[in-house]
Amino acid sequence: MSRLAADGTNRGLRVGPELREAVAALYADYAAALDEARYDDWVALFTDDCRYLLQPRENHDRGLPLATLSFEGRGMLRDRVYGITRTLFHAPYYQRHVIGPLRIVSRGPEGLGVHAHYAVFRTRVHEPSEVLNVGRYLDTVVVDPQDGLARFALKRAVFDSEMIPNSLIYPI
Amino acid sequence: MGFAVPTAPAMNAPIETTAAAPPADAADCSRVPYTRYTDPALYGRELERIFYGRHWSYVALECELPEPGDYKTTWVGERAVIVVRDADGSINVVENHCAHRGVRFCRQPYGHAKDFVCPYHQWNYDLKGNLIGLPFRRGVKRIEDGAVRIDGGMPADFRLQDHGLTRLAVARRNGLVFASFDPSVEPLEDYIGPEVLPWVDRVFDGRALTLLGFSRQRIPGNWKLMQENIKDPYHPGLLHTWFVTFGLWRADQRSQMVLDAHGRHAVMVSRRNEGGGGAVTRGVTSFREDMTLHDPRLLDVVPEPWWGGPSVTMITLFPSLIIQQQVNSLSTRHIVPRGPGAFDFVWTHFGFADDAPEMTERRLRQANLFGPAGFVSADDGEVIEMSQQGLGQHPGAFTVSRLGGTGVGPTDHMVTETLIRGMHAYWQRVMGE
Repeated sequence: MSRLAADGTNRGLRVGPELREAVAALYADYAAALDEARYDDWVALFTDDCRYLLQPRENHDRGLPLATLSFEGRGMLRDRVYGITRTLFHAPYYQRHVIGPLRIVSRGPEGLGVHAHYAVFRTRVHEPSEVLNVGRYLDTVVVDPQDGLARFALKRAVFDSEMIPNSLIYPI
Repeated sequence: MGFAVPTAPAMNAPIETTAAAPPADAADCSRVPYTRYTDPALYGRELERIFYGRHWSYVALECELPEPGDYKTTWVGERAVIVVRDADGSINVVENHCAHRGVRFCRQPYGHAKDFVCPYHQWNYDLKGNLIGLPFRRGVKRIEDGAVRIDGGMPADFRLQDHGLTRLAVARRNGLVFASFDPSVEPLEDYIGPEVLPWVDRVFDGRALTLLGFSRQRIPGNWKLMQENIKDPYHPGLLHTWFVTFGLWRADQRSQMVLDAHGRHAVMVSRRNEGGGGAVTRGVTSFREDMTLHDPRLLDVVPEPWWGGPSVTMITLFPSLIIQQQVNSLSTRHIVPRGPGAFDFVWTHFGFADDAPEMTERRLRQANLFGPAGFVSADDGEVIEMSQQGLGQHPGAFTVSRLGGTGVGPTDHMVTETLIRGMHAYWQRVMGE
């Protein structure tokens, strides 16, 4: 989907600074909302009929549909938030996202295709920090012409990590 | 009151339930020393007697290996094995270490092969694990000073057939594949036993399966804690909000606990109810009277004809397999021990080849309840880790499993720890502890 440049390499699309800024702000807001446990703010970063997928690379590469988390629409995201805050029993931990440079790979009627690498660290009470999950985002982002804000129509986190260290409670 | 034992579609008469005889030493199994979960030497003996002994270990679903030459790598105990479909459609399981220098040579999680070659010295094996060739077996011929000489080579008495890969016994049943290092292991059907086998066959009745995908997690707990978790009908309606609130599993349901004659395998059978408040939710902190789903599709349960009543059957096959039917979500869960204090937990979700697309979607949506991030199952991994931490800090202490008494036997309710006691009674006989 990305552009073949004159030097024969695959390059991301060049878009205007305003659009790039809107997309970059979305990813910064996404990491901040999750890592600061502002989950209602997290839900607001998605379109009403969004898709959220957290999928092992193994399944993604083999074309197998199973995802670790698979949500359709903001309602299911809210159900996950309720699970995180009210029902799931787990050892408490902090989560910290580090998201690499954004690469805009396509532009079409469905939105912008945006790829980015990520690492998420977990810090449990009384424990040193550790790597929780490493992978890449393969997302579709739309910008609302009304408010100029970018939102996720599709958030797909495909993780390299071959083993989840016990459990994964908060979204990636 | 219990459920009728499931019958194969072709059979008309229900099978009589055979009550499992309580083992003579069952009384001791309501107390288990903490060290049974933590002692490295004991764990080493468990590998030998249980995982490499006369037991069947799960290795694959056949739908992972549809074509001849398809293989996957997996584990029996801590030993790496290759599961491969042979040219005639049969399935071979061989140990993944070269007979020459011990190299664990097959590194891909799955693939397709005509034969296996160890990269170190290119010893070459067929799909049955037979050694079919190796470089310089007859030495290297060269001419020096006009004379032909042969350098090196294997001795004249070197026979290829003495140097194959370790081959395991294999048993297949309706899409499930098991392997054993001990060729004297009893037939799989006898191993599972007449009490539990109909419940296995209820899920795996010979229909073609569809592979939906895998989840993998490493849980820092002893492998037996996972078996016990799925032999423990006491906790689901207490730990798991979703189960008690939505009536997927709780103590006021019609249910049945089934064991094989040895107490090593079990089935927890139940039928969901409407949930809501009642005698079993009073004082239960995980119950949420006011909880409703923003999107009810997460629990869009559609009963399937093959259920025959129960909406949930959780089967534990000793030592390493759990078979899950929880409403429309189906999986095998493979326990791979990693030392006394950890195991890998590999989930293989599946459906049936004749599922409508809507049913496949439903199974995938309901998978949100299970696996390492599941609304329900994430709790189990967490609580097992906390168990291991507590068990490790007090070697002289004992666990208590006295719900429903101290004996071992089937029940028609879930207010019991009989299945846990049954497994420990068997464990004690095998281990001589």
